[in-house]
Amino acid sequence: MAVRVQTQDFDIAAEIAALTADRTDIGAVVTFTGLVRGTAAGRDLVSMTLEHYPGMTEAELEAVEAEAHARWPLQASLIVHRVGELQPGANIVLVITASPHRHAAFQAAEFLMDYLKTRAPFWKKEKWADGQTAWVDARETDATAVERWTRSTS
Amino acid sequence: MTVATEITLRYFAWIREKTGRAEERLTLPPTLQTVADLLAWQATRGPEFADAFAKPGVIRAAIDQRHVKPASPLAGAREIAFFPPVTGG
Repeated sequence: MAVRVQTQDFDIAAEIAALTADRTDIGAVVTFTGLVRGTAAGRDLVSMTLEHYPGMTEAELEAVEAEAHARWPLQASLIVHRVGELQPGANIVLVITASPHRHAAFQAAEFLMDYLKTRAPFWKKEKWADGQTAWVDARETDATAVERWTRSTS
Repeated sequence: MTVATEITLRYFAWIREKTGRAEERLTLPPTLQTVADLLAWQATRGPEFADAFAKPGVIRAAIDQRHVKPASPLAGAREIAFFPPVTGG
């Protein structure tokens, strides 16, 4: 289990290799990568700046990771989240889960992303080509996405 | 009887921009019991704070780096943070 908050980019292949090095028990590795979209409703994005709450961010990510390990038979996991100013196409977040079989790895990765989006203290500010800047509003769909995990893990 | 102690208040995202500060140290009035009380009091601290805390329903809070609800008590808090709903991922 590990979480990292960093300004620099991450190398997905290198992270998988590090997570699975010298192990023969892992049967499934799932990764999710979130990227900066360059357009929305016909408008062009210049950049997206991510702010966070140092200390609380890491604590929340560690808590959600521990919860995933309690729910599924995970053998390894990693959450990397970038902060600072990011350009369109840049990586924002990486989640990796490893388990003996794919089901747990798929489900845990989705669970981690759903919880991260509603609990981890990150905020996005968008800068648009027309000169406008705006803080991103939280989505109702993110709240409903996380609710399903309170009903069932199957 | 509790001794009034100085605590840290922290602000993030548009609340930081509107208040014009990322953090401050101050002693809260002893009449404030809950997070909701503190949100209401913040709006009385001048035009910047009135603007930042005009809609307390859209503001989230954390005490000592844990999410709390409006009804949560302030007693014992060392650090209280205010921020909009999170938008990471």
